[in-house]
Amino acid sequence: MAIDQQSAPPSPGPTLAHRRVQRMLATVGGFAITLLLTFLGLLAITFFIGRVIPIDPVLAVVGDRATQAQYDAARIAMGLDLPLWQQFISYVGKVFSGDLGMSVSTGRPVIEDLSRFFPATFEMATLGILIGCVIGIPLGVTAAARQGSWIDQIIRVVGLLGYSVPAFWLGLVGLALFYARLRWVGGPGRLDIFYDGLVSPVTGMILIDSLLQGEIDIFWNAVSHIILPAAVLGFFSLAYIARMTRSFMLDQLSQEFVTTARVKGVPERVVIWRHAFNPIRVPLITVVGLSYAGLLEGSVMIETVFSWPGIGNYLTTALLNADMNAVLGSTLVIGAVFIVINKVSDVLYRVLDPRAR
Amino acid sequence: MNTRDWLLADSPASRWQANAGRAYRVFTALMRNPLSVLGGVIILVLLLTAAFAPWIAPYSPTGQDLTSRLLPPSATNWMGTDELGRDIFSRVVWGSQITLTIVLLVALISAPLGLLVGAVAGYFGGWIDRILMGFTDVFLSLPKLILALAFVAALGPGINNAIIAIAITSWPAYARIARAETLTIRNAEYISAVQLAGGGPIRIIVQHILPLCTSSMIIRVTLDMAGVILTAAGLGFIGLGAQPPLPEWGAMISRGRTFILDQWWVATMPGFAIIIVSLGFCFLGDGLRDVLDPKSEGKS
Repeated sequence: MAIDQQSAPPSPGPTLAHRRVQRMLATVGGFAITLLLTFLGLLAITFFIGRVIPIDPVLAVVGDRATQAQYDAARIAMGLDLPLWQQFISYVGKVFSGDLGMSVSTGRPVIEDLSRFFPATFEMATLGILIGCVIGIPLGVTAAARQGSWIDQIIRVVGLLGYSVPAFWLGLVGLALFYARLRWVGGPGRLDIFYDGLVSPVTGMILIDSLLQGEIDIFWNAVSHIILPAAVLGFFSLAYIARMTRSFMLDQLSQEFVTTARVKGVPERVVIWRHAFNPIRVPLITVVGLSYAGLLEGSVMIETVFSWPGIGNYLTTALLNADMNAVLGSTLVIGAVFIVINKVSDVLYRVLDPRAR
Repeated sequence: MNTRDWLLADSPASRWQANAGRAYRVFTALMRNPLSVLGGVIILVLLLTAAFAPWIAPYSPTGQDLTSRLLPPSATNWMGTDELGRDIFSRVVWGSQITLTIVLLVALISAPLGLLVGAVAGYFGGWIDRILMGFTDVFLSLPKLILALAFVAALGPGINNAIIAIAITSWPAYARIARAETLTIRNAEYISAVQLAGGGPIRIIVQHILPLCTSSMIIRVTLDMAGVILTAAGLGFIGLGAQPPLPEWGAMISRGRTFILDQWWVATMPGFAIIIVSLGFCFLGDGLRDVLDPKSEGKS
């Protein structure tokens, strides 16, 4: 192969583009394979968890007064007599066709519940990551530009707190302070009780739905409710994003081209925001992606505190009711979103960064 | 020759002297960093509090006194009382035992497990490596907390199951580190020497590879402890970890939720304990990393 390539007539234009596409395809293909394998791993774990629960799934269906014959029939109907690997294959098939079983506590298919609850979580996490980026990135850049200044110290402290403050505790303290004492924000839930149900769900995200239907009052009410949980989530992503931005920027600012630019008399603002910041935009995508995935996890705790009707709340309710289909369904969905965000930000990094191609 | 000279000797006469000298150097380097000293002091206070809880706590952690319910912090009840009239300070003091147990058990289960998986994968390479690391990567790419929740849901609520679930979700990171370390050592000449002398893989891994992974493991485990404490508290908060009346800090916050709007101290006080202890592990871990692994300074 190597010899062939060397002896081939030089035609740089098309081959270069061709090779680039080929490399892209290889990256994306490899990405699809790892994605699929990771999904299978996730399914294997949820399948395993579903099997090791001490509750007998057959008994849950037929009740404990069933005869042995009824029990055996149900067991065969549920496919529990098959070897494990066949059960696993049929489980994978079911999940891929969107069948996650019925929820015992709501009496609806789990997939239906999840699609109803997902928009609320998505709305909150997205606002959280926006807060994290809009505040975190400039903070990180400033901290790096003025290393050792008070802003730098603040980033240090915030970064450490991001690792050591329980999210649910911060949410509770926020409620006590900003809702009960200062009355700055709305309390738990997505809307005040008298606004509830006035907006018909289109996207499921109240902020967008209320604007679409021209309900400005409801929009502002929804803002007052979402701002605190989103800010708490935002704090954790801010802590991480600011820390990483700072360390990326410090790397760049110690490079020689930055010194050259400074010696040439380029204004410091331009040096920082163009010369040093531009190269770190690509790694920052990965950081933001990772922290967005982390917010999904954090939202489980936060939603419980704020009675936020999202997937996290659904999951914790299911956990306490030992509603295993709902638990495993939520785990699958959150896990899948987590995996996709992780891998996509990884691939984006490889596609966008010329050095990683 | 005094003790210090003996510890810092350039050519130690025994393995014991070399180890002691190294420990002493690490210790003095740690003492030079005020934050790691603070972290060390916090962990020390945690250990002492847990050990001497019966003598430190002014009241019983479970003794109810319905006449003094929900009292604000005062000279007699430093952190106030909860809805059953129990002294919150005493409960926080006793809770340190639970936190310490969780942290120690998780470290004792997950670190050796990860170490073994990583070292075996790194030493043998080939398909063993691919299978073990594929498994590890699947675990690593899943959200830890959600996974722990699902495991606890399957195993049933309770502190032991919470510990198992957290340990199951935290070994993969250690496997990655151990594998990376093993790969750098695997082809070293002294390993070849042991192989030539007839040392089998088990002996090489246990006696010659694992000891060299310990310093990076200690750093990582210390840094991870904050996360373990938060996850355990989160499980307790949701109601899946330690069960009442155990004075677990997360479960205490959960009980205080109902009163957060008027009696803020019930939920707030245990939170401070969580934050302080987690910060202690962060500080100490950061300090250890700077001393034991200067290359990675500044990285996350």
